[in-house]
Amino acid sequence: PSTLVRIPSFLFAVRAHPLLLLRDCRWYSVSHLSVKERIDKKRTAALVGGGQKRIDAQHKKGKLTARERVELLLDPESFVESDMFVEHRCSDFGMEQDRNKFPGDSVVTGRGRINGRLVYVFSQDFTVFGGSLSGAHAQKICKIMDQAMTVGAPVIGLNDSGGARIQEGVESLAGYADIFLRNVMASGVVPQISLIMGPCAGGAVYSPALTDFTFMVKDTSYLFITGPDVVKSVTNEDVTQEELGGAKTHTTVSGVAHHAFENDVEALLNVREFFNFLPLSNQDPAPMRECHDCSDRLVHSLDTIVPFETTKAYDMLDIIQTIVDESDFFEIMPSYAKNIVVGFARMNGRTVGIVGNQPKVASGCLDINSSVKGARFVRFCDAFNIPIITFVDVPGFLPGTAQEYGGIIRHGAKLLYAFAEATVPKITIITRKAYGGAYDVMSSKHLRGDVNYAWPTAEVAVMGAKGAVQIIFRGKENQAEAEAEYVEKFANPFPAAVRGFVDDIIEPSTTRKRICRDLEVLASKKQINPWKKHANIPL
Amino acid sequence: MAAHRVSPSLNRLLFAVKYASFQSGGCAVHCNAQYSTVHSPSEKTFDKILIANRGEIACRVMKTCHKMGIQTVAVHSDVDSSAVHVKMADEAVCVGPAPTSKSYLNMDAIMDAIRATGAQAVHPGYGFLSENKEFAKRLAAEGVAFIGPDTHAIMAMGDKIESKLIAKAANVNTIPGYDGVVKTAEEAVKIAQDIGYPVMIKASAGGGGKGMRIAWNAEETREGFRFSSQEAASSFGDDRLLIEKFIDNPRHIEIQVLADKHGNALWLNERECSIQRRNQKVVEEAPSTFLDPVTRRAMGEQAVQLAKAVQYSSAGTVEFLVDSKKNFYFLEMNTRLQVEHPITECITGLDLVEQMIRVAKGYQLQHKQEDIPINGWAIESRVYAEDPYKSFGLPSIGRLSKYQEPLNLSNVRVDSGIQEGSDISIYYDPMISKLVTYGATRAEALARMEDALDNYVIRGVTHNIPLLREIITHPRFISGDISTNFLPEVYPDGFKGHQLDLDTRRELLASAAALYITAQLRSQKVLAIAAITAMAHLHGYIRVEVDGGKVEVSGQWNLASPLLPLTINGTHRTLQCLSRDASGRILLQYLGTSFKVRVLSKLAAEFNSYMPEKVPEDTSSILRSPMPGTVVAVSVKPGDPVAEGQEICVIEAMKMQNSLTAVKQAKVKSVHCKPGETVGEGDLLVELE
Repeated sequence: PSTLVRIPSFLFAVRAHPLLLLRDCRWYSVSHLSVKERIDKKRTAALVGGGQKRIDAQHKKGKLTARERVELLLDPESFVESDMFVEHRCSDFGMEQDRNKFPGDSVVTGRGRINGRLVYVFSQDFTVFGGSLSGAHAQKICKIMDQAMTVGAPVIGLNDSGGARIQEGVESLAGYADIFLRNVMASGVVPQISLIMGPCAGGAVYSPALTDFTFMVKDTSYLFITGPDVVKSVTNEDVTQEELGGAKTHTTVSGVAHHAFENDVEALLNVREFFNFLPLSNQDPAPMRECHDCSDRLVHSLDTIVPFETTKAYDMLDIIQTIVDESDFFEIMPSYAKNIVVGFARMNGRTVGIVGNQPKVASGCLDINSSVKGARFVRFCDAFNIPIITFVDVPGFLPGTAQEYGGIIRHGAKLLYAFAEATVPKITIITRKAYGGAYDVMSSKHLRGDVNYAWPTAEVAVMGAKGAVQIIFRGKENQAEAEAEYVEKFANPFPAAVRGFVDDIIEPSTTRKRICRDLEVLASKKQINPWKKHANIPL
Repeated sequence: MAAHRVSPSLNRLLFAVKYASFQSGGCAVHCNAQYSTVHSPSEKTFDKILIANRGEIACRVMKTCHKMGIQTVAVHSDVDSSAVHVKMADEAVCVGPAPTSKSYLNMDAIMDAIRATGAQAVHPGYGFLSENKEFAKRLAAEGVAFIGPDTHAIMAMGDKIESKLIAKAANVNTIPGYDGVVKTAEEAVKIAQDIGYPVMIKASAGGGGKGMRIAWNAEETREGFRFSSQEAASSFGDDRLLIEKFIDNPRHIEIQVLADKHGNALWLNERECSIQRRNQKVVEEAPSTFLDPVTRRAMGEQAVQLAKAVQYSSAGTVEFLVDSKKNFYFLEMNTRLQVEHPITECITGLDLVEQMIRVAKGYQLQHKQEDIPINGWAIESRVYAEDPYKSFGLPSIGRLSKYQEPLNLSNVRVDSGIQEGSDISIYYDPMISKLVTYGATRAEALARMEDALDNYVIRGVTHNIPLLREIITHPRFISGDISTNFLPEVYPDGFKGHQLDLDTRRELLASAAALYITAQLRSQKVLAIAAITAMAHLHGYIRVEVDGGKVEVSGQWNLASPLLPLTINGTHRTLQCLSRDASGRILLQYLGTSFKVRVLSKLAAEFNSYMPEKVPEDTSSILRSPMPGTVVAVSVKPGDPVAEGQEICVIEAMKMQNSLTAVKQAKVKSVHCKPGETVGEGDLLVELE
């Protein structure tokens, strides 16, 4: 059963719409009427895109139209459209005919607001030439990206495109490259989000790949360089679209996408929520939202969360969720490289990035995928002034030929690099194990961690007791005794604490209170890396 | 206060309300009950007591020990090493690994703990070793006081046949029946005919409903005899059966007795414990609505006669079945402190644990029968970690991620042994706490119970608050028209949660809408956006129109708090927000039951209609564990053909064995579990082809 419930509209600020202003203008002279009529006609045509039949087809596929998506993404009446009159310029293959001209072409662009905060948006219109990218289409996208850069506001791309406009040939390719260039130029300047809501294949995939976050809609979106048919002809592999580039593949296997949502509506509502965490540009501080959660709240359940047996797992998400404001944690890549947890949350209203080893999965070890996942997230936070909170329970890097041959050395270095270069406030909490090189990597004091805490259960050591004893006392008897001695000496927070590698050993229940207090102090942190053209992260 | 008027042309919200089952849950024992007796410090009892129990009852006993200045020793299993009762005790000794047979029932280890700590007395709590004559004997042999009755009383009352004979001899009303052991099915039929149908056949050594059958004719008697003797043999290793008249629709009313070692005995009034599921009590109250002073006195006096007949000392409980004509029949005597003792403490003002300790030391009772009052009314709800939607409660486990007892309310007592962060494990009883409310009248106590249940925050485990709240607000319960068949009679198709009517539905929807709006408005309250903050001043007063009806919702909106104290159209209600997400899905606990509500803007609702329904995974080929537990047996192997309804495996959870069966005829594809393994709820057990 569903019910209609009315709620007040004071929720949303009403903003003037250019279309409304024009309609009210009654002072046009008679000679201009034909122009006015033409304007109205074009606008009306632009609003229906490829026509009602194609809109119905789009709906039948369980997809919203480009305009509906923009409407739902942005605050009511906040959308200001640009380039409604732009048309493609192709004159080959009959494209010059009037019936092949659509005002606005195959993309809707403009700016608007999400909870009052400025954002630039483009939304590809699958009902017009399958959303294919023409020179004009690319030009429209480039225009709003340039504006976003000028004023310092994020760009959200809603992708639903069959690919290049074949009829336009190289002009379409040029268009892609123009967008790629802007993606790269905007990288680290304004946040860029891609939401894949239909096909996105071939060269087109590189725009989302260059943006900060790629989200997908389950069952209706695909991302691949080459489709199943080409795959079959080249490698003779039988693979479906879904298997090759569906949401599940990219959020669990390839790590290309950061999150997948059930359908268009949920995806757009979630992007609104996600947007609330982000600063508008690299010139803005991390946003502060009104907070109802006490900053000095003690979290008693944390005092017992780490099991007595060091081999027993627990869920790092339990720690994160009880510490952050209102248990509100937006996890990035929740289904990929699950041995590391990354995502956004708030502490006393302020956005923070959270990185945590996940003891529940592969003991929380670092491997190729988790290192890359963590590194990219840390770099985003650093680029956009978002403080980083790191929860450490790491037994080390994952051993084995698969990892070594795969290049764990250079991939692991990425995470190390990212933590080391980051100049945003960095707070680290060692909940249990911090072993070996992985200890150094996980935002240690040595990598300019601002505040590093250890819980009483912390063990900072070169390795676990058993392995260490086998090396130190090789061939000797009384291994068990030696192991006990090692545990007594090193399997606790003191060796690190006496050297000042952790600032304090804290009661777990006070963790939230301390982080909130530290963030307040660190808000004015200033740290500048040496001048360089750009750094050379081990890619 | 800024009121926001709703105008019809404005935005609307669409709700899709679906009934949903609950998902996810510190503080030490706290007691508001005021005892009228004040412990006299000059009366010396023991220096140190060991409490051979865990959980709430261990904490409960320690509380009184602390009051009396007695040192306490806790025993615990290794998984309980950071449990509340361990923290509360002055000393703690680990007595073994998690399984109770190796820890809390491990007499050798407990005896060692007593010696090591020098405890002079042992309080056994309830369950575990509380009615174990062997344990009592071993304590006596070492000169350690057992805080409970003497061994002979435990023995006499521990056997159903013997206790009935003793009761009869002590002029206590007993259920008409055959006083001996029944040997054959034909003998059973003959006896049944003598007594008159219906009859109950039950195991002599039984308890907890096991080995019990009801027969209405000769055929059923033969069958019942066979089943009961099998079950009795397998459950208790003792296949002796007895037959008695079956009391249809009885009430379960018990008398608390207190006796000393000097031949004095008192009855401390009754407890009504008729609300039960699977012979386990759920809601208890004292006094009973059903008893008149004459019946009460008669029951009390008979209970005391029985206690005296077995030279009973300490606290004990005589259980009676009471039929609709107020005839009462002796059922059994529990020779220990009962779970539901707090309600007796509330109405009499006595601290039963204190009295038990005094009696164990050999002191005489302080009170005379005429000193025992009935002051007001007390209700106890047993809050369990279990899913009430599965046969009124199947155990659930988990970590109490959030836990807040409603102790801010007056006249509320919560006896618990867990706190935020505690694990409810498969090893022990899934009871979270005993929630007791007290009032001058029954209505007052009930109103407080409603409030207390609404304000009880439990996250992380499934719990039975939905059922408890439905019981205490049911018209039949309120009128006192109850029997031990209350639950199956009121919910013949199983418990389905609170059923919304037009008004409550409106309230729920309006609350969800108001919560959604508050959260949306808050999203606009971002620092440095002055234009937005100006319009976001909302002091919690929101007017919502639902199906044309106007609902006013106000409250202090705190989006971080699990509790939502709201005033809805002038009525005060405490709701709980269990979860909410970006897509407008809100899980609200309202009137005890959790409801799934989806709030969407008009636009989103319109667009949502285009979204395809996604078909959930076909689960008929997959057998998942319905609850956490241990795999006892796997009856199939890959490749086996199975028929519909054929047993595939057996899961044991909290003393219960559950047989899982195939829902269709198929071939076994793969088996993912093996006997002895512990499994979580939803874990894949067996796949069919």
